[in-house]
Amino acid sequence: MKFIDEFRDPAKAKALVRHINTLVTKIPRPGGRPLQLMEVCGGHTHSIFKYGIAQLLPEAIELVHGPGCPVCVLPMGRVDDCVALAEHPNVIFTTFGDAMRVPGSRKSLLQAKAEGADVRMVYSPMDALALARAHPDREVVFFALGFETTMPSTALTVLQAEAEGIENFSVFCNHITIIPVIKAILDSPDLSLDGFLGPGHVSMVIGSSPYEFIARHYHRPLVIAGFEPIDILQSVWMVVKQLAEGRCEVENQYQRLVPHAGNRVALEAIHRVFELRPWFEWRGLGSIDHSGVRLRESFAHLDAERRFSVPNLKIADPKSCQCGEVLKGVIKPWQCKVFGTACTPETPLGSLMVSSEGACAAVYQYGRIDLAEVVRQREAVAAGRQPVGAGSS
Amino acid sequence: MSDGRGAPPRKSPRARSGKLRGDTITLSHGSGGRAMRDLIDDVFVGSFDNPALAPLEDQARFPLAELARSGDRLAFTTDSYVVDPLFFPGGDIGTLAVNGTVNDLAVSGARPLYLTCSMIIEEGFPAAELRRVAASMRAAAETASVAIVTGDTKVVNRGAADKLFINTAGIGVIPADVNISAARARPGDRLLVNGHIGDHGVAILAARDDLALEVPIRSDTQPLAALVQSLLAAGIRVHCLRDATRGGLATVLNEFADSAGVGIRIDESAIPVREAVRGVSELLGLDPLYYANEGVLVAAVPAEDAQAALAAMRAQPAGQHAALIGEVTEGPAGSVIMDTGFGGERIVDMLVGEQLPRIC
Amino acid sequence: MCVGIPGRIITVDDPEHRLATVDVGGVRRKINIACIVDEAHPPEACIGDWVLIHVGFAMSRIDEEEAQKTLELLRELGEMDAELEAMHAFDRAR
Ligand code: SF4
Repeated sequence: MKFIDEFRDPAKAKALVRHINTLVTKIPRPGGRPLQLMEVCGGHTHSIFKYGIAQLLPEAIELVHGPGCPVCVLPMGRVDDCVALAEHPNVIFTTFGDAMRVPGSRKSLLQAKAEGADVRMVYSPMDALALARAHPDREVVFFALGFETTMPSTALTVLQAEAEGIENFSVFCNHITIIPVIKAILDSPDLSLDGFLGPGHVSMVIGSSPYEFIARHYHRPLVIAGFEPIDILQSVWMVVKQLAEGRCEVENQYQRLVPHAGNRVALEAIHRVFELRPWFEWRGLGSIDHSGVRLRESFAHLDAERRFSVPNLKIADPKSCQCGEVLKGVIKPWQCKVFGTACTPETPLGSLMVSSEGACAAVYQYGRIDLAEVVRQREAVAAGRQPVGAGSS
Repeated sequence: MSDGRGAPPRKSPRARSGKLRGDTITLSHGSGGRAMRDLIDDVFVGSFDNPALAPLEDQARFPLAELARSGDRLAFTTDSYVVDPLFFPGGDIGTLAVNGTVNDLAVSGARPLYLTCSMIIEEGFPAAELRRVAASMRAAAETASVAIVTGDTKVVNRGAADKLFINTAGIGVIPADVNISAARARPGDRLLVNGHIGDHGVAILAARDDLALEVPIRSDTQPLAALVQSLLAAGIRVHCLRDATRGGLATVLNEFADSAGVGIRIDESAIPVREAVRGVSELLGLDPLYYANEGVLVAAVPAEDAQAALAAMRAQPAGQHAALIGEVTEGPAGSVIMDTGFGGERIVDMLVGEQLPRIC
Repeated sequence: MCVGIPGRIITVDDPEHRLATVDVGGVRRKINIACIVDEAHPPEACIGDWVLIHVGFAMSRIDEEEAQKTLELLRELGEMDAELEAMHAFDRAR
């Protein structure tokens, strides 16, 4: 397939890995500490595990899996609200597939469906609108979530509903924004990240300028990265090159899709339909200022939160859950106390175990070979010896 | 064959006399009375038409001696079919109900012989669709050289079942020297599949229509007995065989690794996957290794027999796209590892729950 | 975080509502192309475009030239790598 297969070529990967290996030796690493690069985006996390990218990298580079999986960072209270909406007698609740499994405090959407709620999986918000057209006697609610990549599609669907005067359609809006969460991570006192792989698909909407502050104020390099394995390796090479040359810049590996200014039509649609919330709650990270959006007052009639009563309760994450620390890269998934024991993909405690883009699920599903290695290293540390570079993932 | 070997089948006076009236199936068709008799005579006996079924006793009877001539063990299996939608490109619930059970028998090395057919019908089900399903079952049974010899029909209230459920059980005979089992995978064995993976899963996903995808893919539902028999006839020492239905290729490989306490290593780039199946997977963020198949089997054979096995498969209609996809290793026991075709590797685990489209 | 996949627009079905059909490896699906349409690039001009598809929307046009540049750079890196390798082999041989 064009634009896919060329970027999965193992020969190109080999060359990139060698260049990375050479560069890495030129970067001073006090105490042999590995360079920590965070991939902000869950799509990157997924690719990294799917293609086994971490094992190709030298031990001196450690990939930290960031908060960019919108399914994973959705707080339990919001899932409960979804369930409450879905259980309204006349509602058809439409959702993207992978959001159905996220545990709420009582149940997931999948469980609500089993108990009789009319929950339907859609591929596109436009499909939800088509359902509303087809069932004028029912209330169709679309569960909107995702970062700036997905926002335009919701916005354009809302505008379409408005233009057609469709009255039985509404949106339960959980869209979140990427910049505030990156900032929150950069501001955390235990920060140890050396650089970032920027979210390629978010960037094709917002462009590359919103990241400038990371280079300017926090002195960390960021490379906007595509999602094929070669894209990811090339981006790692670009970050490492910056570090080796003592530069901190925003660079764009994903030139073929990310224009500097983003997408004007998409941004306009976002601004017409959405406004910033004063704050939004993130699972594991707590409340972050201006990190979510909701429908503007003029679209209130299309806003499920205003149209139906939702419980809107704040539910604390389970105490044993360390998702926040994993999200910030402070600990590795397997260092969480409940990883693989109380928390598994079958019985997820934290949301990082739910979607395969979640760091914990990805490690659990794809990464357990490395895990054996990690356990050995941990034992070595416990026995008082220094680990030989904390293997990536 | 109801009453003894070789005797010409008695035609029951009741058989094939009834005629189903009306356009839909109603509760009266399951009541045990005249309407039910008509339904069975018309739709099933008319379609399945074979000597063992015709007498319409409460059970099918077959001569032991005849069975014993072709092997020393019976293989016996059952499966229920609840596919939605009932009709899809490449087949329907009837084709699946025959091929699925035939294949469950076939992968033991057995020659499948007899099937039962039990239907649970929701009242209001269109009679024409029932005829269509029965006709598919007949055609599939003919292709697979099996006979549907006994059956049962129930009609339930609207909402108590979804349109039509079918259960089939099957009996086959295993030749004396054949011993195929997932536990027999040995380090060094080569792994083969007989064709493209994922076709059935994708065809069903597309036929459900809620994702509004137009996909040029048909279900791969097909009987595998001839393919298996040809492997045995070619003298291949088949260690393990399993058809990769629900849970897909990944699940079968994990079952081999678990049962035999061995490791498995496969090569992603060697696994046959059609372009459109890849397309759907990329669009929805799904993994072809987990799609259901209805005409794909996985075999483990000794390395020395691998090329011959491949050739034997490719000579069969059901094996034209057969491929060597990997090998059995010493371990770690129970683990399936895949070379990603990109230079990396990853674990291929059993599926947790249903595979859901990953959209964000 | 956002599954996005390259596809090619094969027909524009409803220019007014910005609806088109894309092809991804033989799979077809109706999508919305509002985000890649502007004065300079009307709906009719979208036929043949390679786009990135996300939740039923074309989110961006793929710049084939930029893709080539990226691949070219990778090729150069590969050649440099081969040269280095050859040099090392030469050193080792001495
Ligand atoms: S193992 Fe579970 S609880 Fe712990 S960080 Fe991961 S998802 Fe959260």
